[in-house]
Amino acid sequence: MRTNYDVIIIGSGIVGSLTARYLSAYDINILVVEKESDVGMNTSSANSAIIHSGYDPAPNTLKAAMNSLGNRLWHTLAPELGIAFKESGSYVVAIGAGELPVLRGLYERGIANSIPGLKIINKAEFLTREPLINPDVSGALWAPTAAVIDPFGAVLAAAENAVVNGAEYLFETEFTGFISGGDKITGIKTTRGDFSCKWVVNSAGIHSGEIAKKAGTRKDFIITPRKGSYLVFDPVKLSINNVLFPVPTDKGKGTLVSTTTHGNVMIGPNNEPCENMDDSATTRAGVEEVLKGAKKLVPSIDQKNVIAMYAGIRASGNAGRDFVIDIPVEIKGLVNLCGIESPGFASAPAIALKVVELLKSAGFELKEKPGWVPVRKPAPHLHTLSLKERAELTAKNPAYGRIVCRCEEITEGEIIDAMRSPVPARTYDGIKRRTWLGTGRCQGSFDMPRVIQIMAREMGIPETEVTKKGGGSEIVFRKTKEVPAR
Amino acid sequence: MKKIYDVVVIGAGPAGLAAAIEAKKSGAGDVLIIERNNEPGGILLQCIHNGFGSVIFKKDLPGPAYAWNFIEQARSLNVEMVFDTMVVDITGGRKIYASNSVEGFIELDAKAIVLAMGCRERTRAQIMAPGDRPAGVFTAGMVQRLVNIEGYMPGKNFVILGSGDIGMIMARRLTLEGAKVIKIIELLPYLTGLRRNYVQCLQDFGIPLELSTTIKRITGKKRVEAVETVRVDETLTPIAGTERVIACDSLILSVGLVPENELSRKAGVVLDPLTLGPVVDETMATNVPGIFAAGNVVTIYDLVDYVSMAGATAGISAAKFAAGAPVSPPAFTLTPGDGVRTVMPQKITGLSGPDASVLVELRASREFAGRVSVNILEDENIVYSHVEKYARPAEMITLKINWNETAKKLSNNKSGLKVNIAKI
Repeated sequence: MRTNYDVIIIGSGIVGSLTARYLSAYDINILVVEKESDVGMNTSSANSAIIHSGYDPAPNTLKAAMNSLGNRLWHTLAPELGIAFKESGSYVVAIGAGELPVLRGLYERGIANSIPGLKIINKAEFLTREPLINPDVSGALWAPTAAVIDPFGAVLAAAENAVVNGAEYLFETEFTGFISGGDKITGIKTTRGDFSCKWVVNSAGIHSGEIAKKAGTRKDFIITPRKGSYLVFDPVKLSINNVLFPVPTDKGKGTLVSTTTHGNVMIGPNNEPCENMDDSATTRAGVEEVLKGAKKLVPSIDQKNVIAMYAGIRASGNAGRDFVIDIPVEIKGLVNLCGIESPGFASAPAIALKVVELLKSAGFELKEKPGWVPVRKPAPHLHTLSLKERAELTAKNPAYGRIVCRCEEITEGEIIDAMRSPVPARTYDGIKRRTWLGTGRCQGSFDMPRVIQIMAREMGIPETEVTKKGGGSEIVFRKTKEVPAR
Repeated sequence: MKKIYDVVVIGAGPAGLAAAIEAKKSGAGDVLIIERNNEPGGILLQCIHNGFGSVIFKKDLPGPAYAWNFIEQARSLNVEMVFDTMVVDITGGRKIYASNSVEGFIELDAKAIVLAMGCRERTRAQIMAPGDRPAGVFTAGMVQRLVNIEGYMPGKNFVILGSGDIGMIMARRLTLEGAKVIKIIELLPYLTGLRRNYVQCLQDFGIPLELSTTIKRITGKKRVEAVETVRVDETLTPIAGTERVIACDSLILSVGLVPENELSRKAGVVLDPLTLGPVVDETMATNVPGIFAAGNVVTIYDLVDYVSMAGATAGISAAKFAAGAPVSPPAFTLTPGDGVRTVMPQKITGLSGPDASVLVELRASREFAGRVSVNILEDENIVYSHVEKYARPAEMITLKINWNETAKKLSNNKSGLKVNIAKI
């Protein structure tokens, strides 16, 4: 592969991958380097999955501007890239009379941020919209432009579209330092060698602060990672009609209750300190806090029906609690995208377009590429299709007939699609995130032995080299009866 | 494959095989078993340890040998079997939709259906085991399949959470394959599996069992590096200061089984919130006419022999239904009373069988150390009683009741009967 690029993007989360996607419209060479084994493995795939409407950020901040523009962009971008996206709207729910005035404050902030359609609705009306709500509900703020997204699916869609349009991705490749010549960055060092470039985009999420510092920029900027835990429920046991936020506190937007694009109720997050930058371990106290928070809104939530739990890390910065999106003055050739915490996902398309704008205004020549393909057609998810459509697809490709994951009814054909896509799945978790395999009640205990076989066959490797999430996470290590080395 | 069958059985495990065999023997013409695995036998195939068949065969057989008896019979009776095929939908009108890679998408009609999908294992989230999410956290049944069928070792140093039978059996199995099983920990203050497995699988191999202990945290970014255990008090609350970190590369969860009823739900079958399986009568009929159920899909059994017996009953009933025999509505309900957690069947027609014999399977809700009587009550009036040496939640109690005799004692014309366990 080549070693010189026009733009190198550090980090393949939603910000990095959408930046790659929008830049792929121009006649330049783009490389995305990612230390993990797949796109979007950290904050971008473990978050609330909400495209916030934008009433929450303080007016006249970057967060406010990016959120409201980002929200508008997502409504056309999601269908364009074939991303699961539910135009659900959202509610902030006041419990008890004491919380009611908060809704008025949020409403006014939303008006200041030019958010369309906001409305405060009364208790009686809200009870008809969400029968499971705490009967002490006193009112709710309706934000019709909020939406629910498949967050990993969105990152993957952006990355695949970027790759189809010529961008390159390198996984398990960690940034180790900048190469600079005089007052300008000329490349980066990685665990897979050096690459030269004209511009570096620092979209490294929780590590973006350290990287900015390595370039001699943003010396006072510190990211203090904060954990948020989430619990996912069996769809048969619990169903909620709407996206429900509690009234916010100083600690953030609070523990929400919503239904994912896949149809599971999800609750979270809380707000816990991390032991280190990569600490995404769930804790008993954190899980209990999330349950308690969610029960405030929906008292009938029962932990017995939880099928999965995980935590994500917020890249909370100290820049007045606002995003950092700029070309620093200290050195040329760098765009810093730091502290992209909530509403980062909602803001991501606006941030990516802002990068394009910043590069243009810095004099970087961006010439539109003929034949840019902005549309991505996703691989089929058979369980979302009608019986007739399934029959038709299976007739064309018999692998769509062999169901490997019994709970989510994921077929061998879908697994093979995931492994042959423009950003192919190379790990068990990669297949899981792309297909929803193993995400149901049995959490993969039925499918895993079968998937290991399919992966080994597709990748031409022995089963002992199949990993869950990249090197070091092998699942089986030897054949039985092979005498272990002493 | 045909378009219409007399009896279609979902699942070729012990319940499904017995159902298909008895349906054939009872005169059903076309009997089909649809199986998602690539061969018949169900979970028995990975249970290569012995301990199967003591009731039916009066022998101590390994799982595959037990299954083989039924597979051979099914084949000789020309039961049609289709493998690597998953049923994706069943309607209340007994239309079945299935899918495989040979015939593609399959649609067929059944005059009667036997649900025999078995059960699945409870997982990490259901026991709220927090921490990282590395490779190396497995359910016991998955490890059993990897080791005994696929032939792979999924780790070197194991901790097992849960003293259920599969966990103990896998502790022995992994030890025999050269792995180190550091210990088994159990949340409850008592063993949740069979005592014979404790003796044969743990004691005989020097594997320690620690009761009243759970997992506080799983550590490891890529692969499990350690688990942190913590003691719990009698309310199952962790006791601060009793944490211990155990270095290991694998954690096996053997924390219980759940009947697998997604298809039953789609067909409109009513489930019992306690067993989590269909509400059935002693003929194994569900509330949906022509849909029967048997085995672990109905309630979690200890002994496969009783699964086969329930399967046989379901098969006979399905064949009768397919032949157009009249349906007798249930006359009685059976619900758990004091000391009983689950009871199956939940309904009794009181008309079935030549000797009107009814098999009732129940589980105690708590430990009874001494002799107990298991009673069926009409109001306060005991209409049936049976003595056991003890009762434990871990061990299913099977009552074989002659309903003709019992019915004579029913005086108050009450349809609601209770089952209780009382100390003697």
